[in-house]
Amino acid sequence: MLKLVAKSPAEGLVPIAVGAMELNEVVPAAITSIACYHGQSAALSAALKEHHGMALPKTGQATGRAGARAIWAGPSVFLVGPEPDADLSNHAAIVDQSDSWCVLNLKGADVEAVLARLSSVDMRLKSMKKGQVVRSQLQHMNAIYHRVSDDSFDIYAFRSMAKTMVHDIDRAMRYIASRA
Amino acid sequence: MRIPCPICGERDRREFYYQGDALALNRPDPDAGDGAWNDYIHNRDNPAGVTCDLWHHEAGCSNWLVVTRNTVTHEVLGAELASKVKGEQE
Amino acid sequence: MRLSDYGQIDRGNAVSFRFDGKTYGGFQGDTLASALLANDVRLVARSFKYHRPRGILSAGSEEPSAIVTVGSGVHQDPNVRATVQEIYDGFEANSQNRWPSLKHDLLSVNDLMAPFLSAGFYYKTFMWPRAFWEKLYEPVIRRAAGLGALSEKPNEDTYERAFAHCDVLVIGAGPAGLWAAYQLAQTGLDVILADEDFCMGGRLNSEADQIGGKPAADWAADMVATLDQMDNVRLLTRTTVTGAYDGGTYGAVERVSHHMNDRGGDRPLETFWRIHAKRAVLAAGALERTIGFSNNDRPGIMQAGAVRSYLHRYGVATGKRLVVFGNNDNAFRTANDLSAAGVEVAAYVDARADAAIDGDFPIYRGAHVTDTKGRLGLSSVQISDGGRTHNIAADCLAVSGGWNPTVHMTCHMNGRPTWDETIASFVPTAGSIPGMSVAGSAAGHLSTSACFESAQDIAARVAGDLGKTTPADPLPTAENAAYAIEPLWAVPGKARAWLDYQNDVTVKDIKQAAQENFRSVEHMKRYTTQGMATDQGKNSNVAALAILADATGRGIPDTGTTTFRPPYSPVAIAAMGGEARGTGFAPERFTTSHAVAKDMAAPMIEAGLWYRPSYFPEHGETTWRQSCDREVMMVRENVGVCDVSTLGKIDIQGKDAAKLLDFIYTNMYSTLKVGRVRYGLMLREDGHVMDDGTTARLGENHYVMTTTTAAAGLVMRHLDFVTQCLHPEWDVSFISVTEQWAQFAVAGPRARDLLSNFVEDDISNDAFGFMQCGAMNVMGVAGRLFRISFSGEMGYEVAVPARYGESLFRLLVAKAKELGGGAYGMEALNVLRIEKGFITHAEIHGRTTAFDIGMERMISAKKDCIGKTAAARPGMVDPDRECLVGLKPVGTVKQLTAGAHLFNEGDAATRANDQGYITSVGYSPTLGHFMGLGFLRNGPNRIGEHVKMVDHLRGVEAVCEVIDPVAFDPEGGRLRA
Repeated sequence: MLKLVAKSPAEGLVPIAVGAMELNEVVPAAITSIACYHGQSAALSAALKEHHGMALPKTGQATGRAGARAIWAGPSVFLVGPEPDADLSNHAAIVDQSDSWCVLNLKGADVEAVLARLSSVDMRLKSMKKGQVVRSQLQHMNAIYHRVSDDSFDIYAFRSMAKTMVHDIDRAMRYIASRA
Repeated sequence: MRIPCPICGERDRREFYYQGDALALNRPDPDAGDGAWNDYIHNRDNPAGVTCDLWHHEAGCSNWLVVTRNTVTHEVLGAELASKVKGEQE
Repeated sequence: MRLSDYGQIDRGNAVSFRFDGKTYGGFQGDTLASALLANDVRLVARSFKYHRPRGILSAGSEEPSAIVTVGSGVHQDPNVRATVQEIYDGFEANSQNRWPSLKHDLLSVNDLMAPFLSAGFYYKTFMWPRAFWEKLYEPVIRRAAGLGALSEKPNEDTYERAFAHCDVLVIGAGPAGLWAAYQLAQTGLDVILADEDFCMGGRLNSEADQIGGKPAADWAADMVATLDQMDNVRLLTRTTVTGAYDGGTYGAVERVSHHMNDRGGDRPLETFWRIHAKRAVLAAGALERTIGFSNNDRPGIMQAGAVRSYLHRYGVATGKRLVVFGNNDNAFRTANDLSAAGVEVAAYVDARADAAIDGDFPIYRGAHVTDTKGRLGLSSVQISDGGRTHNIAADCLAVSGGWNPTVHMTCHMNGRPTWDETIASFVPTAGSIPGMSVAGSAAGHLSTSACFESAQDIAARVAGDLGKTTPADPLPTAENAAYAIEPLWAVPGKARAWLDYQNDVTVKDIKQAAQENFRSVEHMKRYTTQGMATDQGKNSNVAALAILADATGRGIPDTGTTTFRPPYSPVAIAAMGGEARGTGFAPERFTTSHAVAKDMAAPMIEAGLWYRPSYFPEHGETTWRQSCDREVMMVRENVGVCDVSTLGKIDIQGKDAAKLLDFIYTNMYSTLKVGRVRYGLMLREDGHVMDDGTTARLGENHYVMTTTTAAAGLVMRHLDFVTQCLHPEWDVSFISVTEQWAQFAVAGPRARDLLSNFVEDDISNDAFGFMQCGAMNVMGVAGRLFRISFSGEMGYEVAVPARYGESLFRLLVAKAKELGGGAYGMEALNVLRIEKGFITHAEIHGRTTAFDIGMERMISAKKDCIGKTAAARPGMVDPDRECLVGLKPVGTVKQLTAGAHLFNEGDAATRANDQGYITSVGYSPTLGHFMGLGFLRNGPNRIGEHVKMVDHLRGVEAVCEVIDPVAFDPEGGRLRA
């Protein structure tokens, strides 16, 4: 019998290490968009807490921990990691986004400088704390930035743009490294 | 130019898509007559001074904003969620 | 000539460089200008219009004359100011705008023709005959008048863009900038200090002063080191802040690699910064102006302040025997410093009769320089002293007409500077740029001590605005000489006296403009081109205004001033573009099947940002038409597979989902049964068609909409608009799932045979009929199946999560081949849909209505929808409108072309006779002829008529028969099979 083979969005494009920086692909088990129905945010937050252990994140925030997070993603919240519990659909529109996003982790001492080449938003480490989320651009594409540690960010962009995404980040890393 | 998005905070203009006058919120009833529809679709003031227009935070939270700004000084005076402005009209 | 005891250059680091093919020596820390002067090279350029010999006027970015071309080949960089360019080992530059050489420039004949080339000569001379302008005048003028040339090769340099954020941006690192930054930084505020020079310190590096008991340059270096140690301070050297923009945004160019000999690799040549600052302090200093006197443009005639810069900073005496001419005490400083350095000062000429000065060199008070001599460089200076004339041999003349505060950036948002009589110059008008304050000599404080004081004050206020208090350190002790100036703009004389060196504008030109009634300063500027060169008249505008004021009998404040626009100094277009060129211009979007299509040697076509296969060539096929024809017939007779994932897919959920769809589509979706698909038409509010596509109902409150590839973003924005701006009360949400699903069309009489290899469920016509949809297990993966067709054949679209896309496409194509089918590309897809009269954005191009495309009956009478009212206006449903028809060639010419216009057979092909146009064409192998879709006046009622197609651009003319747009299988039996 024929069998379908899965391919990750950045397969063959990363890992990349340049100077003080590394770029790696993150492949969450699932990414699920959760868009709250009118008047359901308290109930949704309670359901999230009950089934997945984290509250509904506020604007620009993430809740949970590595492997099971909820991150603010603009019009909706993304549950990153666990398969969503069916109960969530009583309070929100649930849409599978697992294959929509290329998620890359950008890590290293020059992370601030690299981000300053990608987006017009102030993502200096003093301005953007761990657990904060920003929706902005990555050069000319839309992207979500989530600061996950002292020196690393998870960056989400559309799967079809993975090649350009890697190219743009790689170039920024090389520009920075060349000045060292 | 920077626009204070009520959701995302102050952001560079490049993240926004510009639409035009915020009177687009006031869609007439189907039977409002030619004059009302003509005004809604085509007629716009061109003020030298304060104006309200619609901007979409396309590269951010996806919200439409009613941005108040001064066309003479380019000063951005404020921004509100269009859904809130519309909701308050109802 | 280099002086051993002077200068901050690195004498341990000698460098060798070439200028106009000749090798010279210099030191690290030299600019090209200082190194040339150290080698006694005075002639470095030819002027723009008259090709006059020119030398080095200044020591900064305002330089109008010493403009050269750096490098060669792909790295050739024209119009570089020698006063800014650092030299390095192997550096090479050439003079420009001369032929055959700098010394013997044939076009210096222009100088003899000067009487014919004065202000406005273009307008007067080249009026007629009109045809001569493009063919003769313009090419000749362009060759004669100009600056450097581009290499005409692709630019291989890389440019970077970057963003920066801070509390306070300090522009300029002279005494005021350094002190303001230091005061602000101590409060903990984030400070960016940007300076265009490669060595911070501003004038402090160019004067013999002491600050706080140290040489000024040492004090500056220590302060820079202190700031560099602070975490909240970022120093940007070689960075020119070029413009002030709305909302506290500033543009700045950092010259990253211009001073290095290993250009290329990963290091960008320049970085264009967009800096957002809550507040800014402009401490850009002041620029020295010249005085208009006869032949004041010879190589060797320089700004007095620049002569001091070369002396103190670079250890260079700009001549062996100098004359200094000025109208203020600053000029006297130059004479004094030169004398102290042992350089011969042949004369100090002061226009002020009462100048309180004293020195051990000849001093002429109340005197003027009236003329100069020297063909390729200054040889003597004529002085008029109370009626007596002296001719004094000199190889350098240092001139100071006073200092102009660098107000440029304060004008970038329409601000106008204010005339200050005490310093005889313009000073910034407060509040010109919201959030920006001006400190130091840029604000008109022309002593070092006053600069510190002003910086202290401004820093305290800026910090206060941001909720901080500056420490108010004791001010460093510094020079505090009074700036005594008596305005002197021009000295009367017979020969031409230059104002704008770069555009060759003279005092006479300004007077002539006034005489010819170009009295407004804006008119004078454009008529004479004063201040319109790349230096924006930095050292000549004020004098030009003063002369215009005098010529028109007005005061300077009444005459007004022209304003300055960004950029402050020239910026390469490439720097503003940054990485956004070539493939960096926009993201590339690839489908999951991209690699498979590339393996099959499919040429790619761009569809928006997407890359889609044009066709899949088989062995032996030499033209795209062969492949396309085969692929069309393959789908009509067998089965074809096509990646349609680029179409926009939007998941819509919520209890008001149906309400939303009913409102944005002309037709009804609330009545659509779960598990069914319906074709929908979307209008703009003005009644024209926005987009079309199919929408499937997956559940009671769950739909998946498809949009065209082109309109996916537009439709998302539209949905946001409707649900936020018109009906925020509706409980509905939506999200793009375009990227989530890889979706493939499987079309043709054997589509079902092919698909049954991949799904276990019954997909027979009874079980899964036309326009049905549903979840489907695809080889063990949760997928979706839609029974829709864009080809007119039995068609399915099968969707799987994108991770499986490549794998599924590969398998589908392999299986299809076993059945005698295969993959098809955009060309075949286009022909298939033209044969069926299916529209794309070629037809719904923004000016067509539902009526025009024959779909007016799709506007439901039972409900309101976007665009319904406007679409019902009489003009929108006028039978005489151009409406969709099919066309087939029936004359001797068998070809149709898209974009061609339609005319009645007997009519001339003129605009007035226009009957319509063709939007899509293709050769139909099914029908055996070309077929087109187009719009024809009253088209649906003219089926069977003949019309004439004329393509004026390509020169094609063909007689066509008007046919039904649905030329193939009009009953639609095949897609329901």
